[in-house]
Amino acid sequence: MISNAALTDLIIKMADDELIQGHRNSEWTGLGPVMEEDIAFSSMAQDKIGHAWALYRILHENLGGEDPDRFAFMRPEKDFRCSHLVEMPNGGYDFSLMRHFLFDHAETVRYESLQDSSFEPFQLLSKKIKGELKYHTLHANAFIMQLSKASEEGYARMQTALNDTIALAAGVFEPSAAHEEALMAEKVYPGEKELYHRWLDRIYPVLVKASLNLPDMNTITPVYGGRQGFHTTHLAPLLKEMGEVFNLDTEASW
Amino acid sequence: MLATITREDVYHALEQVMDPEIPVLSVIDLGMITGVEITEGQPVLVRMIPTFAACPAVSYIKDNIRTVVEKALGIAVTVEIDKQVHWESNRMTAAAKEKLKNFGIAPPPVLEGDVRPEIMLNTPCPHCGSEHTYLRSPFGSTLCRAIHYCKSCGQVFEQFKPLE
Repeated sequence: MISNAALTDLIIKMADDELIQGHRNSEWTGLGPVMEEDIAFSSMAQDKIGHAWALYRILHENLGGEDPDRFAFMRPEKDFRCSHLVEMPNGGYDFSLMRHFLFDHAETVRYESLQDSSFEPFQLLSKKIKGELKYHTLHANAFIMQLSKASEEGYARMQTALNDTIALAAGVFEPSAAHEEALMAEKVYPGEKELYHRWLDRIYPVLVKASLNLPDMNTITPVYGGRQGFHTTHLAPLLKEMGEVFNLDTEASW
Repeated sequence: MLATITREDVYHALEQVMDPEIPVLSVIDLGMITGVEITEGQPVLVRMIPTFAACPAVSYIKDNIRTVVEKALGIAVTVEIDKQVHWESNRMTAAAKEKLKNFGIAPPPVLEGDVRPEIMLNTPCPHCGSEHTYLRSPFGSTLCRAIHYCKSCGQVFEQFKPLE
């Protein structure tokens, strides 16, 4: 039997990534370079926050966790388990798009693997999320290819964005020192290392089509720390803004 | 009173509960209802599923189901989200797809297996029927819609996306 602590740790990481990336996506609302892109990032924001909510609900209903809204908006920064990748400010469209591409493929391999999880709530939820993510990766792949082929400047900017983002993205797959082995042994999921390799297999063909060069992954040091509660300076201001309305009156009924 | 109410009566009443984002389609048309249970001495139980996980209209639809069915049949109703079933676009009835098209939204094609990107190409235009169209964005004005452009009639149109 897998411990609640191990499951809780895994779910919080996944949900916090969804919530924070969802918030970052929402920051493009009203600012997208063209109308369709504004709508795309806003829709993906809504999807991601919905996925975070569904995961917080599993914590609440199956593992004795707190109410999802309170858990999302009232936790101190040190209790968040998101990766540094999602904490980074949006920067330019090149960075946002590359992060979206790398992150959504990372999510896709994760949720695909959870269809076979020994933890039943994962099986049900992952089927749903995996179908919705198809549109996120479809969007990301199309734009990565389009912008890389658009002009010399477009190509150079996408390659720079990839170089700047890859170590952060590899950091999504930070294993848990305390729980990783148990989660794998109990077949909750295949483990971060396996997911990392599946992720590389997914992003590589798209990068090739876009003529972008994947940096030598053996020379990359993945940016770890987020899963242990160590965060960049960008997270605290984000949490403050995200929880601002909720924390005006935490008992209000919406 | 309750003993005389059948599941058919409940389904019939549910046909009056419209989707707030696509008001020509009922929750039955959309395939959002997964079960109705009638147990003597208890409220009628209706089980439903949202189309997309983050659909913001879910609690609104839940309330609507309860109020409309209670009013139509004069009984107490409980609405539950069914977690054992997930919504896929193949749940939508053929009649619903026709209504959707007449409303100006291209219906999702029937899915055989997983969604592949190619399925989003050459979606028939709901205005002129042409397949000379292209996908402008897999995201639209609501989570369940994509935006296409018709090269034949020069109009932008929305599609209810296929979902596996």
